[in-house]
Amino acid sequence: MMWDRKDLIGIEELKREEIELIVETAKSMKDILNRMIKKVPTLRGRTICTLFYEPSTRTRSSFELAAKYLSADTISIATSTSSIQKGETLLDTVKTIEAMGVELFVIRHSASGVPLFIAKNIKSKVINAGDGMHEHPTQALLDVFTVYEKKNRLDGLKIAIIGDVFHSRVARSNIYAWNKLGSSVIVCGPPTLIPKDIQYLNVKVTYSLEEAIEDADIVYVLRLQLERQKKGLFPSLREYHALFGVTEERLRKAKKDVLVMHPGPINRGVEISSEVADSTLSLINEQVTNGVAVRMALLYLMLGGKSDENIN
Amino acid sequence: MDKEAIQRALKRIAHEIVERNKGVDNVVLIGIRRRGVPLAKRLQKFLAEIEGKEVPVGSLDITLYRDDLNLRLDQPKVGKTEINFPIEGKDVILVDDVLYTGRTVRSALDALMDIGRPRTVQLSVLIDRGHRELPIRADYVGKNVPTSRKEQIEVRLEEIDGVDEVVIGEWKEE
Repeated sequence: MMWDRKDLIGIEELKREEIELIVETAKSMKDILNRMIKKVPTLRGRTICTLFYEPSTRTRSSFELAAKYLSADTISIATSTSSIQKGETLLDTVKTIEAMGVELFVIRHSASGVPLFIAKNIKSKVINAGDGMHEHPTQALLDVFTVYEKKNRLDGLKIAIIGDVFHSRVARSNIYAWNKLGSSVIVCGPPTLIPKDIQYLNVKVTYSLEEAIEDADIVYVLRLQLERQKKGLFPSLREYHALFGVTEERLRKAKKDVLVMHPGPINRGVEISSEVADSTLSLINEQVTNGVAVRMALLYLMLGGKSDENIN
Repeated sequence: MDKEAIQRALKRIAHEIVERNKGVDNVVLIGIRRRGVPLAKRLQKFLAEIEGKEVPVGSLDITLYRDDLNLRLDQPKVGKTEINFPIEGKDVILVDDVLYTGRTVRSALDALMDIGRPRTVQLSVLIDRGHRELPIRADYVGKNVPTSRKEQIEVRLEEIDGVDEVVIGEWKEE
């Protein structure tokens, strides 16, 4: 299996073998993170730009550290202090930075489709770091890698995705990934936060948290995106927690070896209780560590060959 | 080279390692992936027969340290490095199948230094075929095989290829 894509826009277009290649490569990358000297010379002299039009701590720093551990140089453009404020268009900004020798852009934007639009219009490579309500592929890849480390398999698992599925690009990327890998997904949340036609993505739907948790191998809790809840989609945070909050008590009815994941940042006491988030069932910190390993794997696969336009 | 010749060469190398290091108390073996790894394990067996001690064996993947990554269209698969013991202050014997340009060994040295600081690093190869491009030499050589650059040396080992042999072939155009 070889990586021959110019860009990574979504899990939707990936093949199962490509996901497995990334997981396989990430395993070796994780070893580097456990060393005292966390640096290999692989991408020396290559340059990566992170361009985030939405706030982010973990994704951005994860990409930047991944690049640094591989000896690549990074620059990051903050929208608040750049020429974007002077009215420069998105594409002009990217082309300007590309002209300075950047070979790969990591892009996050609140509008779905922005990374794809940019990827089509520049020679440099693009990784989607989250676009609107579309996809967040590297999050799903690190989730897959985290599950693989714990369960030693990727097929035949039951993944319950709980919460605000409607606004969640993380949910979409995870649904695509698990379907391709041969595991099944059930989504659960208040009806107002479950998209109407979600079953066409080959997932089961339930509005009962008990039912979702019952057989799950993985309980994947989504963040309640408070910044996107202006339309009164549920009555109150307290009620949300009472009905859909993942708590110790609710997990008692789950399988013995159930594991809990969350893409972060967590709203303690809303979608997940503090006890669960900090318990031994929780893989939340593991996910963050693995995020760096998976992004190193991707950067290696995308930049490790010859820097030439005759790829793809 | 056939199976017997390979085993005899490795046995001699094992004796040389013991002689040179005055025993094996401080010695560790690290095979360069892939074919250096089974060779290192065989050396471990011979060392155990001679000295009665089990020397630690690790494996080293040098993909991330290659100097030709930017020259290739494909990206080589990254393998796993498994060195589950400290190499600090040890006498590390690097083991590989063929010594040719010396570039693999250069990468391996870099990789090793990122993991720790050995007291010495020694190099053991089954075949030295010449044509060095870097100032590197082997401390233990199974067999010197003068070759032309057009020829290809293939080491096949039972653990990986199902058969023990070393053959010289014509360079295949790809």
